[in-house]
Amino acid sequence: MSFPGRGLLKGLAVTWRTMTRRSVTAQYPDSPPELPPRTRGVIALIEENCTVCMLCARECPAWCIYIDSHKDVVPATTEGGRDRSRNVLDRFAIDFSICMYCSICVEVCPFDALHWSPEFEYAELDIRDLTHEKDRLREWMWTVPAPPALDPHAQPAKELGAAEKAAARTASPGRTASPGGGAAGRGAAPDAPGGD
Amino acid sequence: MADALTLTDVLAVVVRLLLVMVAFLVLPLLVGQAEHKAMAHMQSRVGPMYAGGFHGWAQLVADGVKFVQKEDVTPAAADRSVFRLAPAIALLPYLVVMIAIPLGPGLVGQDLDLGLFFVVAVMGVGVIGTLMGGWSSANKFSLLGGIRVAAQLMAYELPFVLAAASVAMAAGTLSLTGIVEAWQPWWLLWQAPAAVVFFVAGLAELQRPPFDMPVADAELVFGPYTEYGGLRFALFILAEYAGIVVLGALTTVLFLGGWHGPFADQLGWLWTLLKTFAVSFLVIWVRVAYPRLREDQLQRLAWQGLVPLVLLQLVLTSVVVVMTR
Repeated sequence: MSFPGRGLLKGLAVTWRTMTRRSVTAQYPDSPPELPPRTRGVIALIEENCTVCMLCARECPAWCIYIDSHKDVVPATTEGGRDRSRNVLDRFAIDFSICMYCSICVEVCPFDALHWSPEFEYAELDIRDLTHEKDRLREWMWTVPAPPALDPHAQPAKELGAAEKAAARTASPGRTASPGGGAAGRGAAPDAPGGD
Repeated sequence: MADALTLTDVLAVVVRLLLVMVAFLVLPLLVGQAEHKAMAHMQSRVGPMYAGGFHGWAQLVADGVKFVQKEDVTPAAADRSVFRLAPAIALLPYLVVMIAIPLGPGLVGQDLDLGLFFVVAVMGVGVIGTLMGGWSSANKFSLLGGIRVAAQLMAYELPFVLAAASVAMAAGTLSLTGIVEAWQPWWLLWQAPAAVVFFVAGLAELQRPPFDMPVADAELVFGPYTEYGGLRFALFILAEYAGIVVLGALTTVLFLGGWHGPFADQLGWLWTLLKTFAVSFLVIWVRVAYPRLREDQLQRLAWQGLVPLVLLQLVLTSVVVVMTR
């Protein structure tokens, strides 16, 4: 059915219908926003997992990651053994005024030391204050959500199986695999320091 | 004795004028706030929420305070006196018009025998203010906006006046009170085309969307208001909202039967106000729903649409009047 002015009436009807519905506005400072999972808010660092392999700093397209480190000598544990050396992280800083939130560092980290946190309220008044050091990055780690659960009947991650096998091998005399399940938690549980 | 009588007369006039003044200051703000909120919800927003605490009811008060604090700038090349006078010229006619609009039976600032003539004439003056602002700003955008105002005024004043004339012919009087008294419900149908033309032409005279080519902000910055800031700008905006109220009230009085309704003797003023607000809401609604017309479309609508329509209405009105009387 069409008559002159039908389009005009339709226009009025659309705005009227929208007016009668609840508006979708969320008043942000009063109500926290509902962020989707895996929101790229800020990059958090588990300092204990970092081996100073420099992969993140080298892959970063914006060159916004600063890493300083030195080598510590670990004395030999056995008589006549050889002293070992170990990397110690001195400085890990990300300049969020340069960072373009591409997530390459998080992807590339072999020891899961970098994670996305949904935290986004870290604005500063001076652009130089946007370079955040490792203690602040470590603080953000507490806000990283647990990874979403697997789908029902999905294969468990390969790393889980390997870790369980390794645990069973080392604990073969009598212990049941106690650390096996803990490997799933990618959260902030202070694991054994990275490296081998 | 004679002295006392004149004193009460003077008092009555003062009270009436004060009431008109209060209405002039309050109603446009109500309409403005309604526009803030209604437009927001029509666009899935919530509009002002903080000023005043409850749903931003004091937003326009806060805006007013802000405008007062701003610097009063007059461009160096401007025609200073005209530039400064323009906002007042734009605003005052609506105040004057409000004096003649009847609110209820006997409730009117000043009942004029030539009320309709007076109202239409004075409303035309309001547009001159915008025209003055456009001319005196020494700004090409303002000037272009001013020229558009002039073209729009020429095009829409004619159907506006003819639509009003149709009602006057039907009622047989030019007095606004007389028109409301003569009004019958079936006039809603009989005078419907005139009502539509009156409303549309009024929208165009107020330069409200979809007829806001003079201030088309995408093309002309803000048209005649480009160089204005602070209180003078606020006066122009207030004039726009006062214009909405006046247009709503005039449409109510001429076409919607003014105070007619249940318990008209006691609640007549309420009916007039309700109808005025309904028309004002329609003004807001139309603004949200429709995009701005192009300048040539605007002219075509006036000369090829509204003028022939209202001429036909005049013929219809005169035929019916001659046959029934």
